Amino acid sequence: MNVLLLPLAAEPGNRTLTISLFTAVVAVTLYITWWASRQNKTAADYYAGGRSFSGGQNGLAVAGDYMSAASFLGISGQIALFGYDGFLYSIGFLVAWLVALLLVAELLRNSGRFTMADQLAFRMKQKPVRTAAATSTIVVSIFYLLAQMVGAGSLVGLLLGVKSEGVKAAVIVLVGALMIVYVTIGGMKGTTWVQIVKAVLLMAGTVVITFLVLLKFHFNISDLLGSAADKSGKGEAFLQPGLLYGKDLTGQIDFLSLGLALVLGTAGLPHILIRFYTVPDSRAARRSVQWAIGLIGVFYLMTLALGFGAAALLDTTKGSAVETSKGNVASPLLAEAVGGGAGSTGGAILLALIAAVAFATILAVVAGLTLTSASSFAHDLYANVIAKQKPTEQQELRVARFAAIGIGAVAIGLAIPAQKLNIAFLVALAFAVAASANLPALLFNLFWKRFNTSGAVWSIYGGLISAVVLVVFSPVVSGNGDKSMITDADFHWFPLSNPGIVSIPLGFLFGVLGTYLGRDRSSETRYSELSVRALTGAGAEGAAKH
Amino acid sequence: MDEEMVRERDARAYEAVHDAADFKELKRRYKNFVVPWTIAFMAWYLAYVACNNWARGFMNHQVVGHVNVALIFGLLQFVSTFSIAALYGRFANRKLDPLAHGLNAKYKRERRR
Repeated sequence: MNVLLLPLAAEPGNRTLTISLFTAVVAVTLYITWWASRQNKTAADYYAGGRSFSGGQNGLAVAGDYMSAASFLGISGQIALFGYDGFLYSIGFLVAWLVALLLVAELLRNSGRFTMADQLAFRMKQKPVRTAAATSTIVVSIFYLLAQMVGAGSLVGLLLGVKSEGVKAAVIVLVGALMIVYVTIGGMKGTTWVQIVKAVLLMAGTVVITFLVLLKFHFNISDLLGSAADKSGKGEAFLQPGLLYGKDLTGQIDFLSLGLALVLGTAGLPHILIRFYTVPDSRAARRSVQWAIGLIGVFYLMTLALGFGAAALLDTTKGSAVETSKGNVASPLLAEAVGGGAGSTGGAILLALIAAVAFATILAVVAGLTLTSASSFAHDLYANVIAKQKPTEQQELRVARFAAIGIGAVAIGLAIPAQKLNIAFLVALAFAVAASANLPALLFNLFWKRFNTSGAVWSIYGGLISAVVLVVFSPVVSGNGDKSMITDADFHWFPLSNPGIVSIPLGFLFGVLGTYLGRDRSSETRYSELSVRALTGAGAEGAAKH
Repeated sequence: MDEEMVRERDARAYEAVHDAADFKELKRRYKNFVVPWTIAFMAWYLAYVACNNWARGFMNHQVVGHVNVALIFGLLQFVSTFSIAALYGRFANRKLDPLAHGLNAKYKRERRR
């Protein structure tokens, strides 16, 4: 195995370069965190970065929060292995931003303060609604967090050419410790700047590699596609739908289900939602989504060049490094190839650079997720449910910091035994839960006057439980041979791997049922207040003045 | 002023804004933009997903060199997303923000009464 990984940064000289760049990333992010910590005074500073980021800055941070290692390494790798079908994830991920832009971002910015639950609690009974929203926030964030940390372990292991489980576990602990430091010390301001730096690094790195790939093909896209198709050994089928998804009717419905979860999940991801609180007003929230759409769109277009470039220029046959890593090392290896090939100085530098970018990507995303969970725990559960009397701001912030340490520790504890889990599955599950549990409640609350506390609680728990239960009894967990998590038992009865097509309508249905069965109409009285506030920004929290 | 009185004063101000003709107009403009466009981009996206599943002959058709309909359809999703985002931004800046600004000012005036 090690022979296959040798062209990576495993050679002693390259390993030094890679490790020094990793260290540089860590040093820069820690410096930012320390700098940001000196400006954290109030709750608005800690949870929302003082609401003082501009639309462009927050747009970069949103993009930095969203473009995870799974999309950087995963999507280009899937394209390298499966051609056109690998590209489909990115389209759902991008179109999803229109839901956020048109229906959620500005209205949420105007009507909430720090967490997703704030907006629901505006006209509902605090305790049940905040408990439900905090539960789904923490569940979604932990699934997503696990995906990133498991990815970090195998990625760093791969890039440094080490296979031992112990080293991977050590990497997971290190990533976990760093994210705890960013979040407890830097708060939202520190986390946002880490994400901005990461977004700039990721875009710059991807632009360079894309340019070098296109240069090799004299900027002729058709040539690039043709070479990729030839080299893949699959011919034109490599450029057509069907290599990965939709082989039979079940597969086709499964793909439709995945498509729905991707397009509806983004606007319900708590770590994305709380980013809209970091800007001074709804206009800036709008600008940040527009920036994010531009950046993320251009990035996904470049992953096409990376993926097809890797298919055309690298060995992707069975047993190759790209194939055995499920495509995850396609981008770093491509960087090496276009930099001059294995053994060349240019190749070594580009490889180390891209590896460091991937590492920065992981750090920024896990920090965002930890902050989201800790904020929701402290602001929703502790301050409004657990504490007997309203805690002071400083008490609440102390709890948020301890919660970040606790959630970080839980994530480390879960990620080490979860190293065998499929990363794409964890991300898809997070999107399905976000679309089924969070989006129905958010939309009903904003657009349906009659919606009430029991409707919100039913739709959140109903969507959350249906998504998770359907996955537990799906072929992902059992009954699909070696591809399942559990190989020696079969208890599956749900035929699809993606629950969205059933669980998303269920989330909406539970919202309607709960509303009518709950009968409570007290939430209607504050609906006109909520709609005035959401649409005009009257009475919304402004930027902190320092 | 104690908390109860502040709440009541705010509620009265919100009520006043809610009853204003400008607010009804703002709500109407927002819904008239957002509802049709949301239906449009969701239908357009689901059509793309469905074609990948059930219209492979159409998708596999080569247009220029190795570039086929499937790839162009996918790239058009990018174009439509960029365009709708730009269109909404322009619409909101011109048609929503001025009304929202005025209503915001009205809310502040009402609170001072």
